[in-house]
Amino acid sequence: MKILTGNDLKTGAVVWWTGNDWSIYVDDAVDVGDQAEEIMAREEAARRVNVPYSLDAEREDDGKVRPAHIKDRVRALGPTVRPDLTLKPQSPEAIDWVI
Amino acid sequence: MYKYDNYDQQMVDARVEEFRGQAKRRLEGKLTEDQFKPLRLMNGLYLQLHAYMLRVAIPYGTLNSAQMSALGDIADKYDRGYGHFTTRQNIQYNWIKLEDAADILADLSKVEMHAIQTSGNCIRNISSDHFAGATHDELVDPRPYAELLRQWSSFHPEFTYLPRKFKIAVIAAEKDRAAMRLHDIGIQIVKNDAGEIGARFFVGGGMGRTPMIAPMIRDFVPLDQLVTYAEGCLRVYNRYGRRDNKYKARIKILVHELGAEEYTRQVEEEFAHLLDQGVEPPRPELERLKPFFADPPFEDGPKTVDRSDPDFALWVDRNTHRHKHDSYVSAVISLKPVGGIPGDATGEQIRTMARLAKQYSFDELRVMHTQNIVLPHVKIADLHALWTELDAAELGAPNLDTIEDIIACPGLDYCALANARSIPLAQRISERFDKSGKTAELGELKLKISGCINACGHHHAGHIGILGVDKKGKENYQLSLGGSEAEDVSLAKITGPGFDEDGVIEAVETVTDVYIAQREDGERFLDTYRRIGMSPFKEALYGK
Ligand code: SF4
Repeated sequence: MKILTGNDLKTGAVVWWTGNDWSIYVDDAVDVGDQAEEIMAREEAARRVNVPYSLDAEREDDGKVRPAHIKDRVRALGPTVRPDLTLKPQSPEAIDWVI
Repeated sequence: MYKYDNYDQQMVDARVEEFRGQAKRRLEGKLTEDQFKPLRLMNGLYLQLHAYMLRVAIPYGTLNSAQMSALGDIADKYDRGYGHFTTRQNIQYNWIKLEDAADILADLSKVEMHAIQTSGNCIRNISSDHFAGATHDELVDPRPYAELLRQWSSFHPEFTYLPRKFKIAVIAAEKDRAAMRLHDIGIQIVKNDAGEIGARFFVGGGMGRTPMIAPMIRDFVPLDQLVTYAEGCLRVYNRYGRRDNKYKARIKILVHELGAEEYTRQVEEEFAHLLDQGVEPPRPELERLKPFFADPPFEDGPKTVDRSDPDFALWVDRNTHRHKHDSYVSAVISLKPVGGIPGDATGEQIRTMARLAKQYSFDELRVMHTQNIVLPHVKIADLHALWTELDAAELGAPNLDTIEDIIACPGLDYCALANARSIPLAQRISERFDKSGKTAELGELKLKISGCINACGHHHAGHIGILGVDKKGKENYQLSLGGSEAEDVSLAKITGPGFDEDGVIEAVETVTDVYIAQREDGERFLDTYRRIGMSPFKEALYGK
């Protein structure tokens, strides 16, 4: 699947396109098919996202979304060396998902 | 240290307000990202993997405690409670909000700091010897010269849009603690046969994808021509440096392509032309700067410590450096606790270091390019009290210049340009060697890790260097041996095929075993490598 990501303009936070909004959770990301360019142009113009781009990902059996490249998985979770600052501070094993 | 005058302060304050307006216009949608990006970069604000990142300039790595304390406060107030000291003797904050950026710059301005020229194709923060003004082995304090060059290079109208970024280092000792010859310009303050002080110029060094050691292009420039000569070097670069290819745009490529001799000829020609153009600041300006770096009032006192506590004695042996006054030392605060993140310090730790500087080091601190902090002037009589406080704040790691004192760039955990993570390797290697107790046996061993070819982690200059690469979407690491950024400068050579994360850690262990087996009396890892060459290491790593 193709998903969209970018950073929140004000806070810089990593965000993912959910179909009608942006979420900080990659699992909320939806397949944009061939609509990536159009959505990105519209959302960037509306200042709802900064520096968006599309990327390959797959939806796993449990419904979770896994970006194809490690860099995007680091973006999706947070720094692997600071589990306390990731989106899953209670689950240090989440780091394994990145690698 | 240098103090802003009214003009400096007004200039920095005006810049903060200018940026406040620019950020506001961006947030209101009146500027696009393409329009805003160069403006934010000129103020040190990057967009990184997780958020905006702000890089703050620390000129030649020198800080007073009020400045250091303010850096700790910024970490707590605007970031997530920590900052990262970098190989450029600067600090970076990883979790900055655009809406806060101008307020941070305003807070910095209150303590005479800013983030100007910490990005972009301009002359960046000027680096220097972290023991400047304190060490026993320097000719003079290099910082007045670094400050003169800082003032010349700040907002220099001609050098704001160079072909690429430009880094200058200034030292004044034979011992090079600033990686001087791996800079675009390295300046060594020297004395000539007539006993006059002047500057030796090395031009065209650098790391990155094409590492090069700067050749010497002039062995003596009189001090009253220092800025003019630097201007000549930059002018030739600005005119002929490539702008068509980012990867060939650094001055090292120009010097290499022209040849050092031809580049030097052109610089000398330009220099001769500039000499009567009034480029050089009047000599009184240099004399005005010198008192800012005058010695503090040193007092005589004990010259030895009580070594009955072995932990303290080890820290003294490893983490202190001989001072020019025999009742003092420079003390190094390691930001490399075993298993920790190299260069990271919490807001609380930063304030603690500020307080200790005030109490024990005449209000002064330095940032080392090896991502540690120096208290330059500590009375030997105060060392135990200082160490006790450092230890309590988890800042007492006794590991300077050992295999645990690893330089690691932010890598894929934070950096948008990275191929692989650097920090976890540093953590695992320091834990492993600490646990096995081999650190002491290995003595001086400089291990440096970069997460990509940009080489912010100085891997080319590591006795052991590690470079993260992307191998079909997986992290992979190239090992290299034999680099040095000191006065015996050399570039490390790649051992062979790369390794995965576990593999490269094993490989580090393997090459240290080869060293232990083959070393002769008094040899460091680097000396043994230079004597026996790559083959024995290769054999141990890959078989015959
Ligand atoms: S070396 Fe590469 S990965 Fe490391 S900080 Fe520099 S640009 Fe980022």
